[in-house]
Amino acid sequence: IREKMWGILRQRGIDGGGLSLRRTRSALVSARSYAAGSKEMTVRDALNSAIDEEMSADPKVFVMGEEVGQYQGAYKITKGLLEKYGPERVYDTPITEAGFTGIGVGAAYAGLKPVVEFMTFNFSMQAIDHIINSAAKSNYMSAGQINVPIVFRGPNGAAAGVGAQHSQCYAAWYASVPGLKVLAPYSAEDARGLLKAAIRDPDPVVFLENELLYGESFPISEEALDSSFCLPIGKAKIEREGKDVTIVTFSKMVGFALKAAEKLAEEGISAEVINLRSIRPLDRETINASVRKTSRLVTVEEGFPQHGVCAEICASVVEESFSYLDAPVERIAGADVPMPYAANLERLALPQVEDIVRAAKRACYRSK
Amino acid sequence: MAQHLKSSSKSILLNILRHNIGFSSPSHASRHLRHNLPHGPLTTRLSPNPITRYCNTMVDTLSSIGSHEDTNSQVMDFPGGKVAFTPEIHFISESNEERVPCYRVLDDNGQQLTNSQFVPVSKEIAVKMYSDMVTLQMMDNIFYEAQRQGRLSFYATAFGEEAINIASAAALSPDDVIFPQYREPGVLLWRGFTLQEFANQCFGNKSDYGKGRQMPVHYGSNKLNYFTVSATIATQLPNAVGAAYSLKMDEKDACAVTFFGDGGSSEGDFHAALNFAAVMEAPVLFICRNNGWAISTPTSDQFRSDGVVVKGRAYGIRSIRVDGNDALAMYSAVHEAREMAIREHRPILIEALTYRVGHHSTSDDSTRYRSADEIEWWNKARNPLSRFRTWVESNGWWSDEAESDLRSKIKKEMLEAIRVAEKTEKPNLNHMFSDVYDVPPLNLREQELLVRQAIKSHPQDYPSDVPL
Repeated sequence: IREKMWGILRQRGIDGGGLSLRRTRSALVSARSYAAGSKEMTVRDALNSAIDEEMSADPKVFVMGEEVGQYQGAYKITKGLLEKYGPERVYDTPITEAGFTGIGVGAAYAGLKPVVEFMTFNFSMQAIDHIINSAAKSNYMSAGQINVPIVFRGPNGAAAGVGAQHSQCYAAWYASVPGLKVLAPYSAEDARGLLKAAIRDPDPVVFLENELLYGESFPISEEALDSSFCLPIGKAKIEREGKDVTIVTFSKMVGFALKAAEKLAEEGISAEVINLRSIRPLDRETINASVRKTSRLVTVEEGFPQHGVCAEICASVVEESFSYLDAPVERIAGADVPMPYAANLERLALPQVEDIVRAAKRACYRSK
Repeated sequence: MAQHLKSSSKSILLNILRHNIGFSSPSHASRHLRHNLPHGPLTTRLSPNPITRYCNTMVDTLSSIGSHEDTNSQVMDFPGGKVAFTPEIHFISESNEERVPCYRVLDDNGQQLTNSQFVPVSKEIAVKMYSDMVTLQMMDNIFYEAQRQGRLSFYATAFGEEAINIASAAALSPDDVIFPQYREPGVLLWRGFTLQEFANQCFGNKSDYGKGRQMPVHYGSNKLNYFTVSATIATQLPNAVGAAYSLKMDEKDACAVTFFGDGGSSEGDFHAALNFAAVMEAPVLFICRNNGWAISTPTSDQFRSDGVVVKGRAYGIRSIRVDGNDALAMYSAVHEAREMAIREHRPILIEALTYRVGHHSTSDDSTRYRSADEIEWWNKARNPLSRFRTWVESNGWWSDEAESDLRSKIKKEMLEAIRVAEKTEKPNLNHMFSDVYDVPPLNLREQELLVRQAIKSHPQDYPSDVPL
């Protein structure tokens, strides 16, 4: 297979300079040295290692998307994979989201396990018919004859100064569709465990990453570094235990919620922070159990407020834990406007730590 | 241009030109098709892969010439390769003077044309082909009538396209995966789907492999390698390319085959699929049933190109135009296309010209936008069944008696199939919630329990014929 790979590489005009593509993935190597003491890993490396390990374990897994191969990935998530697995398993596609999504779904119909990358989920709108009508509904419409073990992944939600067409959060859109599973990791451990679970899952999974989290480092356990590590889909994680108010959120907002919890602790309010990890299926048990403990709910998301993820969480809590609530449910979402570009306006259009703190205090009757 | 290139490059170009011409003008009387493919030194030099990749090797050869500083050179270097330049301002015409010719073997009366090239068919295959064409036509007739009587909610016929359906299926192997649009039930019929199985799907009963989830004619069969019909137009095209890629990676002796209509070729997915298939070198057959109508839109409102066949070249895909109402021509074209697709890892585009004799579906009355005379003419003068029957009979393989025996047998089977399908129970309530995911999640199990409880408490509010 090596000669074939070189033959194909040569036809693509890569000269001997291609050897410079091979570099030691130093961060990952040191993370695996199993030395004593806590290790840290960036979300980017976590995703890269997860894809690498799953490709190594199962020859049916392959990656496709724009710039995933020779460019090493638009955000470097697929770095090093082309030279390790060759161009037939790390496929650089022409610019047609509708095309490569349809083709990925077709490959999944026929038994392969594609990991399709969208440069951002905004571009997935050009392919959304294939995600919904060709992937999500197929197992049902074919009565179990066609299953679609595909993963759609890429950065979702706001980045920094990228404007309206590059900043939308699609969690609510995809999570409303039966047949899809929708995951949103926060930490490096989330990224590794959930992506591995997604690749192994026989159903289509939408995997919503966050561009601003890619470079962030998180401590990671030995267990999470093992190649068989996997997190269950549909289980939320309690990131911080508390007893006064429950803050439920996902992705980047988990970090903000944790900071808000620190600030609240200084004022004597003990906040419990729940990291959803999985938007569909939604872990209603964990959310409701927590609200029944604290009696107050604050939900946070970056996306647009109407028909958002927070709306669903609030509805679930009101339906199932109404008599436990001591205050109205609080919902914080992004502003109901297309994302503005100017840095000051962008900051105002997204939830900030202060917004979460104020909402928690309102729920605790400490503020208006 | 040729004089400035090395002789080996020149021969590559000539081989390509020779190859391209070879497919549109048969020049000999032999019944077996010859392949004008470049072989020899092209295949061994740069690529270790024995399959001919002359396009890639041509690029490599030209780039290995080195950059010319010669100002007398008639050739320019651009990304994508060297290209000759011309001082004349000349726009490529929007269409060729002559339309791409259409390959056919039988004339309108079913007589074999002299000098016709085709892949021979045995008596067995020919008789099965003809019988299945008759079966398809009768099945369509009877289901259509059943819908008109209110026994079916919907139906779409394939009248006029029986040859495309059956002959293409006959030329494929059972391992080739089919991605249909919705007017190709004949492929399933050829592969062994029974009339009862068709009826079960149309009536949505508990024996339906689709568990009553889809409208009639949305057939699917895992074991016959026929992917469930998806109503969205042309989405099956990129799906087929992906499946073909999977077959290529698994090195299977099989290809993906996808059908679509003239209307489907306008979709964005058509462009993405063809472009991609060529780049990926995927073994896929794109079979376009150009039947003249997309519901009420005639092809003159659908595109301004010379049909669909000319679009293949734009993507670097080998293409052929065939008389879709000529069973032998369809058979040969699909047979040869399949060989090329699998052996050479390339997509092939086949435009089958035909006519949609029936309405678009039972929701359509096509006499509102076309003349009944036109429909009648195509049904009589260009009927694929009568043309093929003449040829089969001329070989002594069919007779009037065989015809009437077949027709009465099928009519009986069909009526019985409908009777049984109508009486069979509908699918069980739990099938409303199964297959959404691989394993039903908690919320769906809860919902099912709630529905069952509601039915128990208020049975008068629910239909009595849904088995629990």
